[in-house]
Order: sequence, then structure tokens, then C-alpha cells
Amino acid sequence: MSNLNWTEIFGQAMDAAGVLIETQPATADHLSAWQIADRHWQKLAEVAMTHRLRWSAGWAEQGPEQFSVYVLFEKQGEYLQVRTSIDLNRAELPSQATVYPAANRSERHTQDMFGIKFAEHPDNRPWTRHKAWDKHQYPLRKAFAVQGQPEAITPPDLDYAFVKSHGAGTYEIPVGPIHAGIIEPGHFRFQAVGELILNLEERFGYTHKGIEKIAEGRTPESLARLAGRVSGDTTVGHAWAACKAMEQAANISIPPRAALLRGILAERERVANHLGDIGAICNDVAFTFAQIQFSRLREDWLRTQANIFGHRLLMDCIIPGGVKHDIGEADCDAFKADNVRLRKELSDIITTLDLNSSLEDRLYTAGFLSEDIAAAFGTLGYVGRASGQDFDVRRDAPYPPYDKVTVKVALENQGDIASRFWIRYKEIMASMKLIEQFMALLQAGEIATAWQIPAAGSSGLGIIDGWRGEIVSYVAFGSDNKISRFYPRDPSQLNWPALEKLVLNNIVPDFPVCNKSLNGSYSGNDL
Amino acid sequence: MNWLLAIVQTLLFVALAPLLSGWLKWCKCHLQNRKAPSLLQPYRDLMKLIRKQPVVAEHASWIFTRSPYIIFSAMVLAASVVPLIAVDLPTAASADVIVLVGFFAFARFFLALAGLDIGTAFGGMGSSREMTISSLAEPAMLMAVFTLTMTASTTNLSLAIAHVLNEGLVLRPSFVFAMFALILVAIAETGRVPVDNPTTHLELTMIHEAMILEYSGRHLALIEWASQLKLMLYGVLIANIFWPWGIAQNFSIHALGYGLLAISGKLAALAVFLSISETLVAKMRLFRVQEYLSFAYLLGLLGMLSHIILEASR
Repeated sequence: MSNLNWTEIFGQAMDAAGVLIETQPATADHLSAWQIADRHWQKLAEVAMTHRLRWSAGWAEQGPEQFSVYVLFEKQGEYLQVRTSIDLNRAELPSQATVYPAANRSERHTQDMFGIKFAEHPDNRPWTRHKAWDKHQYPLRKAFAVQGQPEAITPPDLDYAFVKSHGAGTYEIPVGPIHAGIIEPGHFRFQAVGELILNLEERFGYTHKGIEKIAEGRTPESLARLAGRVSGDTTVGHAWAACKAMEQAANISIPPRAALLRGILAERERVANHLGDIGAICNDVAFTFAQIQFSRLREDWLRTQANIFGHRLLMDCIIPGGVKHDIGEADCDAFKADNVRLRKELSDIITTLDLNSSLEDRLYTAGFLSEDIAAAFGTLGYVGRASGQDFDVRRDAPYPPYDKVTVKVALENQGDIASRFWIRYKEIMASMKLIEQFMALLQAGEIATAWQIPAAGSSGLGIIDGWRGEIVSYVAFGSDNKISRFYPRDPSQLNWPALEKLVLNNIVPDFPVCNKSLNGSYSGNDL
Repeated sequence: MNWLLAIVQTLLFVALAPLLSGWLKWCKCHLQNRKAPSLLQPYRDLMKLIRKQPVVAEHASWIFTRSPYIIFSAMVLAASVVPLIAVDLPTAASADVIVLVGFFAFARFFLALAGLDIGTAFGGMGSSREMTISSLAEPAMLMAVFTLTMTASTTNLSLAIAHVLNEGLVLRPSFVFAMFALILVAIAETGRVPVDNPTTHLELTMIHEAMILEYSGRHLALIEWASQLKLMLYGVLIANIFWPWGIAQNFSIHALGYGLLAISGKLAALAVFLSISETLVAKMRLFRVQEYLSFAYLLGLLGMLSHIILEASR
């Protein structure tokens, strides 16, 4: 029970700091919920920092009379969700970004979308907001129409105040949002001297699709479909997180067979993406051979999924209450055959890569992310794990089906591109093992629980480990089974700021491989 | 007659350059377990680009629009002085190897200017990298070439090749060093892996491609064609200087046909060698290129020294 202790100790520390805590019923395992007054918002962050809590997510919601602002902390696998309420007409709150750099972009996003001002915020430039809305329009307020206010062409976002550099020999390289390759849009601005990167600034929001807004008023099935499109490569992860949140709100639990099938889906998604990433990292240093091999392995893997689930990337396989498709003996055999083949092929290819000194020269020591910076930004998944951040929701806050197996978390502490490369390899091996364990545990049974209409105002928080790391998904219901608020926090949101730091002291031509080793989702970040 | 032959040989050079690139691509694809595009694909690409209207930046000056023609012409002139299938052609006699290096430098000068001209960050970055690399590659290349010319006592390529042919198969340490130096320089100068990656889409890693990012249509076609010519020029240099056997020494149809066959075989073999090396190694970090080219220079220097010490006294 040592895990429970920190919330209690933290509660006492908050009391000592003069903050009145109102404990609320928790909606899930490993989760406590508090309500505090808005004036203590920054104090909360300060005390949390001294207790070394990890800032995980922040979001807001408009109620009938007030805005509710939420923050989620985590330590040792126990989550603490703290809420505060602020007046609709006086939407201002002290910033937590002064204490937690991880909260920076999240607060700017909330500020852009709700018009909630974060006082003393270290960076008050817009983030998600480009030029699509007038100054006083806030798209996530209820008064704003769901269909938006379509304009023929959104004016270009020309007056964003990028960081400037001065001095002899410094110059700027603006890259993107449209790139020479077929990748998602995002703008990177470098300040460099010669080839050495002095500073990198990211500017995102080009793939803002209004996910949060168009979620409003949807049915649970329809939200699951939408969540599966937050980031195409994490369709299982986001759909699972959203469904988990909805299931908490509706107070239903999914059948064991459905949980195991979800586990198989999620691990297969992880393997497929890691295979693609390993190849892509090699391709960015012009080692095309590896990319071709890994593309082939990934494609073979995806084709099995297309045969069995009807979709290469496993879209819409997870539905509220369970999963859509059952699998039979033959399908399990196909998965096992995939594992056998992949293990055999990897043992050949990975050895070849390991022995290649030219590859080693590019990957080792490049793109170094120190443990301190990784911790400060709360980096997740393989980025965090390559820099010694030993955290995995599957092990530390286990949810079905991971509570039935032992999850081994791969860890590296070199913090360079090679670490992020090897973490992926280790995770592929671990995931294959998990898939086999899940298949062994499969028993005949239901694959979905009947949906129950949740009470108006009920909400849930789905926290799962997607292939990029911890995904947090907040869902609140209005009346008639309709969604009133959906906020998915993709791990990319916390990993992107780390890129700005890990490229420092690298040279400009090494940026692409640094970026690829992190491989954040633009779509998941911009929502 | 001889002049006609010289012109035909130059045209042959220009016509065959895309085929060499196609063959190289074909080899690489097969080494990577991929299906390869047709050997004629580079021709189709060039045809497609030539038919397309070039899109030119508003701020482009005459340098940007004229450079493709200048660069292509410089490469064609360079091709005219390198013996492809026959030695003793009149064009080869009129210019020597230093002029050849001059043609390369001339083309590069305009390519770098064109990269700077439109004022994009990538163009400037590419130009800056290209000049850094060429400033190291040129001395290494000259050093390798001088080793050869000291043996033959001439800077004329045609005469030097004839000299090597007359000497017969003699193992010269200086030539071995010079050949490796020239191969390293050729890889750097033609923008191949591990120095540059001609197939990359990553703007920030580009060298040659960064300079030509803004080119399109027939401008791009000319620049691409010039790059293919440059690759072939280096291939022919290496092949004909160090293994000149097979090259036509008189102008009979038989000898010329044999010469064409020989150089085709030699280039095809060199391309296989290049594609294997490109499959085996990753691109090096940009700042490693200096070490790489310094090594090429060192090899050239060793070639020269071993010539002086071992061979010159004879």
C-alpha cells in the first residue's frame, strides 16, 4: 500500500500550505480526484513539484455556470486528477507552466480554445490558434457552432513572434510546414551558426481538425470512431483510451475476452509502428537497405491484420463495451506464425545492423536527451524510456488485460538515437511475448458488454499505454447518451518539446534522424 | 573525319549518361530486394521534365534561369575532352586534365550561385556545403591526377592513356593510390552515399539536391542530365585512366565498336561496385566528410610520393 501513501502525504502537504482539498469519488482504479479553489492552482503545482509528481495532462471543460479546469499528476503509477472551477465571465487562472514546463503548450491550447487566460504564463503566444478564428472567438466554448464558421481561405499566420537570433554568422532556417517528403505538416525554425544548431523552435497546429469540437454531441460508437482518427498510427491506442473513459462513465466493465483481444490489437499496433520506425531511422541516414527490409516486415504484419480484422491499421476494431471482431483458432495460429517469422527475420537483420559501423557512427551519441530534461518535460514511451524514465502504464497502473501478465519494460539510459532505436527493438520482442501470453489466456466468451446510457454529467478518464506511451483520454457525457466533452492527450504532446532540447549541439543535417527517432504525431498534437 | 568522330563520341557521352544512372538504380534496387524501374526510366523522367513548364521564383535573377544551360554546356564540353571509346581525338588534344577540372569548377560555381540566387534557406545551405566539400575535393583530385600525369609526363588525358597502354600491364603502387583517391573524390563530387544521398527527401540533409530544390521543368531536366553526365565522366576517367585496355587506338569501325563495348563493360562493373558500397554503408555525418576527403588527398599524396621514390628513378 506504499503507493497510496504519496497521495495522503501530498494531501497533508497541501493542507499545510493552506489549500483546502475537497476529495471526490474516484471513477477508476489508480486514480484519486480532488477539487480545489482556483486561487490555489499555482500553489498546487509548486507543492506537486516538490513532491516530484509528474505532470501528465491538463484540459478544460465548459459547464453551465463555470469552466472546469483539470490537471492530472502521476507518481509511482497512482494518478491524481485535480479540478478547479472558474467563473465564465472572469476566465483567469494562475499558470502552472511556471513550475511545470510540460504544462506550457497544454495551457496555451486551453487558452486558445476556451479563452481562459493563464496569468503569469511564461509564453503567452498562441499555440493551436492560427488565423482561423477572430480574436474573441473561442471554438471550444459552447456558444461556438460545432460546424465552425467556414471561411473560403484561412489567412496565413504571418505575425507569430518566433524567437530571433542576433550576432555575426547566425542565420535562420525555416523548414516546413510543407516538406519535400510526404509527411505531416509542421514548422521548424532553426537558429544556427554554420551547421551547429543554436536553437530550434517548433510551430504546430497545421493539422488542427477540431477533434474536440466535433466530438460534442456524438454517440459513444461515433466517438470511438473519431478517437481512432486522432492519430492514424495510434488508432487502437486512442480508441481504447476513449472507450475506457466512456466505459468508466457508463460504469460497465468489458468481458475478459474483449480485454485480451484489445491487448492483442494494441501490441500488434506497437510492433507494426516500431518496425516502421526502425526502418525509417535507418533511411534518414541513407541506409536504405534496412528501410526496405523493415517496410517489408511491417507490410507482412499489416496484411495479416487486414485478413483477420479487415483493416491494415486496425481502425474501428475497438468499440464501446468491447471489441468488434472475434478471432478464431486459425487467426491465433496466423498471429503465432507472424511472431515466429518476425523473430527469425529480426535475428538476421538486427545483427546486420548492429555490426554496421557506419550506422553506429550516426546513431550513437547523436540527439542526446538527458534524464533530467526527459523528466522535466515528462517525456513518455520510448523517448522517455531511452532516457531512463522507467514508466509504463501497463506495468505501473495495470488495466485489463495487463493485470494478468507480467509486463517487462525495456529501459535504456544513454538517451541518444541508438537508445531510442534499441528500445523499439526490445519493445517489439516484449510485445510479441505479450501477444502470445494473451492468446494463451483466451477463453470462450462474450466480446462486448451491452452499452448502458450513462447519467448526464458523468465522466471518465481512460489512461492506457499506446505505442508512443501514455495516452490520457477524458470523456464527459451530457444528456441522452451524447458526448459533451472529449479531450485526448497524445503522448506526442509531451514528447515534442523534448525534440527542441535534444537537437541542441547537433548539426543541422542530423536533425531529420533526431526527429525520426522521436517520431511525434503532428495530428495527435494538433487535435 | 576525326572531328566528326569527336562530335559523335561527345553525343554518345550525353546520350548514354542517363542509361548509366538507370543501371546504377537497377543494381541498387536489386541489392535491396526491390523491384527496379526500367533501365530507360531516367530518359522518361528527362522527357517528362523537358515537356513541363518551369516554375521560377519571383525573385530569381538571370543567374537562376541561365545556370541550367551553363552547367549543362560545361558538362558537355567536359565530356568532349575525355576519351570515351577512342584516344587521339582532336578535342582531347586541345584541352588537358586541368581544363577538365576547370569545367567542373565552372559548373559548380554557377550551381552554387543559382542555389543562393533565389534566397531560400535551403539553397544557401546547399551551396555552402557544396563549396566546403569541393574546396577539399579539388586538391585531392588534382593530386591524384598529377600522379598519373607525372608518370606519363603530360597533362593531356589522351596522351596519358596512350602512355599507359604502351607501357603494358605494370603494377604501379602510385597508380593504386591515385585510383583509390580518385574513387573517393568521385563519390564526393557526384553526391553519392556516404557523402550525399541523391534520393533523399530530407531537405536539411541535402547537399546537391538542396541547391536545386527550386528548379523545375526543363531547367531541372538539364541539371539532372548534367549530374548524370558528371557521374559518367568520373566513371570514364577512372575506367580509362587505370584500365585503358580496350579503348580504340585507331578509327576503324572494328576498333571503335570494341572500344564502345569495353567502356560499357567497365562502367557497368563500376556501377555495380558503387551500388554495393551504397547498400553497405550509411551516410556519414557531414563533418566526417572533411576526414574522408583529407584521406583522399593523403592517398593522392602517397601516390605522388611512391611515384617519386619508386618509379621516377627508372
